[in-house]
Amino acid sequence: MAELTYREAVARGIAQEMERDPSVFFIGEDVAAAGGVFKTTEGLLDRFGPDRVRDTPISEQAIIGAAMGAAMNGLRPIAELMFSDFFAVCWDMVANQIAKARYMTNGQVALPIVIRTANGGGARFGAQHSQSVETWMMAIPGLKVVVPSTPLDMIGLLAAAVRDPDPVVVVEPKVLYASKGDVPDGEIVDELGVARAVREGGDVTICVLGAMVPKALEAAGRLADDGIDAEVLDVRSLVPLDVRAIADSVERTGHLVTVEENPRLCGWGAEIASIVADEKFYALDGPIVRVTTPHLPLPSADVLEDAAIPSVDRIVEGTRRSLG
Amino acid sequence: MSDTDTAEGTEVADLEARLSIYRMMQEGRLFEERARDLFLQGLVKGTSHLGIGQEAIAAGFAAALEPDDLVFCTYRGHVHTLLRGAPMAALMAELLGRATGICGGKGGSMHLTDVSHGAMGSYAIVGAHMPIAAGAAWAAKARGTDQVAVCFFGDGTTNIGTFHEALNLAAVWALPVVFVCENNLYMEYTAIGDVTAVEHPAADRASAYGLEPILIDGNDADVVHTTAVRTVARARSGDGPSLVEAVTYRHGGHSRADPGKYRPDEEVAEWLRRDPIPSYRERLLAAGADEGTLDAIDRDALAAVDRATEEAREAPFPDPDTLETELWADGGSAWRN
Ligand SMILES: Cc1ncc(C[n+]2csc(CCOP(=O)(O)OP(=O)(O)O)c2C)c(N)n1
Ligand SMILES: [Mg+2]
Repeated sequence: MAELTYREAVARGIAQEMERDPSVFFIGEDVAAAGGVFKTTEGLLDRFGPDRVRDTPISEQAIIGAAMGAAMNGLRPIAELMFSDFFAVCWDMVANQIAKARYMTNGQVALPIVIRTANGGGARFGAQHSQSVETWMMAIPGLKVVVPSTPLDMIGLLAAAVRDPDPVVVVEPKVLYASKGDVPDGEIVDELGVARAVREGGDVTICVLGAMVPKALEAAGRLADDGIDAEVLDVRSLVPLDVRAIADSVERTGHLVTVEENPRLCGWGAEIASIVADEKFYALDGPIVRVTTPHLPLPSADVLEDAAIPSVDRIVEGTRRSLG
Repeated sequence: MSDTDTAEGTEVADLEARLSIYRMMQEGRLFEERARDLFLQGLVKGTSHLGIGQEAIAAGFAAALEPDDLVFCTYRGHVHTLLRGAPMAALMAELLGRATGICGGKGGSMHLTDVSHGAMGSYAIVGAHMPIAAGAAWAAKARGTDQVAVCFFGDGTTNIGTFHEALNLAAVWALPVVFVCENNLYMEYTAIGDVTAVEHPAADRASAYGLEPILIDGNDADVVHTTAVRTVARARSGDGPSLVEAVTYRHGGHSRADPGKYRPDEEVAEWLRRDPIPSYRERLLAAGADEGTLDAIDRDALAAVDRATEEAREAPFPDPDTLETELWADGGSAWRN
């Protein structure tokens, strides 16, 4: 057992998979010699050499496109997109090429690709380096999407993503890179499509993801002081989505809150709310409440950014509202 | 086109190889003409982009490739896919939306793909396949296979970002890929010269990526083939990518909806005179080919197209149950439990 930061967990996860499988390669901007702009990939170049750990030009379309072509010809590439906002620069590769190739060719093409990306706000970077874009990927048939919230999940979900035969986007909340957690020794492999209750409770289900997990836990602690026993469900995987875990929890609690860092419209919580409204309507004893960032680009100043991203206070308030 | 190479002075392939190139061009031509007819009869839906007039490029390159080389082409990709060896009936069936189609009816005219024959896809977003082809070449190099990737694209594609990103990456990583610009002088309806800063849209950009400018007559199958042999050999021997600009012309409009009226009549007439197939036939006769042999090739090609058409027309439509298959590698499309 060792205590690791989330950023160290990224490197450990990649190393674990590169060690295991010689067809795993890793590319991205500044990822090799410099160890990544967030220092998430330090040491990989020394360990695996410049053929398998490669710096690329600033060519997001070529990075993602090359990963696709390589996957078509026998590699299992991991490609880093420095900031998730840059998905907009290579969206054709992600949304039209990678996502559609297998279906369009009736299964002739297998694309075991992992795209890793630093996502979300809290770092005061301003609107073009801060957005939570996991719902963009969730909206495209043919992409799997996971969001690890702890160092242990980072390693396990990354390993599961690398081993998965389909394209998987691993969304890393950049504000969590310095966070720490215990990680056991030895190989760690998790499973895509499995939510986890990070706090069990019987009064209300709070569905949460990524950087919002620690905030929801804090909110649950505060609610407990008032006698409200919240279940905090870390969704972890948007595609595949663990609807059973969510539905079972709501069945027990009768109340649902989603806490999303993404801007309001079409956030993942809306999909979950719609599923629960459809399939668990008669288990609900109160309104489904979504706590989200307002429908805005993220501002830079501390005060403004903090006002935008869901806070512990807003989660507490939203949860109370769901209880009626 | 005084500055393009011609067959004169070029080392050409032996007669047998040239007869095979002739056969490929003829099969491509007849396949495309049949596809056009089926469209006009309303049997093929959607759209189609024919390669009629551009067959010398597809055939010249196809004849230079090994079975495990990887070809990437565009929505104008019927002939490229066919000449990789994809079964003609399955291609025809895909155009007709049948269950036996090469993509089970999920791809259609713009997405013909036959991975088992190294036809790695027809891509319909302009330029997207250029980095993808570079990536396949990267994997070939990383795995130490002997494969070469060949990527066909149009003149209009030279003005989109992926062209430049892919060429730079391929050059800096010395990847075994040949990029082939089929310069048919037009994008959809706009002449390439009207919107491009240089005269030769691909060749004039080659030096920006440290590559030799290669500008050839894309209607001369011998020249294309010789260029293909040379550039593919360079890629296979580890010397990196090439960028070839092959000048050609599409006889028809851009797609099925386009009569091509924006092109001057004299220009069309001039290029019809330069049709790559009859001139190649003349050249092979002059080189000693037997007329009967060429006639037999023509007859066999037509018979093959007839058979493929029959087979495709008799094939069943896809079972609606296949709608939700093959999104994921497990064969299904589930996004939830
Ligand atoms: C990114 C993108 N922009 C526009 C189009 C619409 N479009 C389809 S084909 C085409 C012309 C492409 O011209 P060129 O590259 O010369 O190829 P050609 O059709 O002449 O073979 C255009 C603009 C597209 N498919 N993709
Ligand atoms: Mg063109």
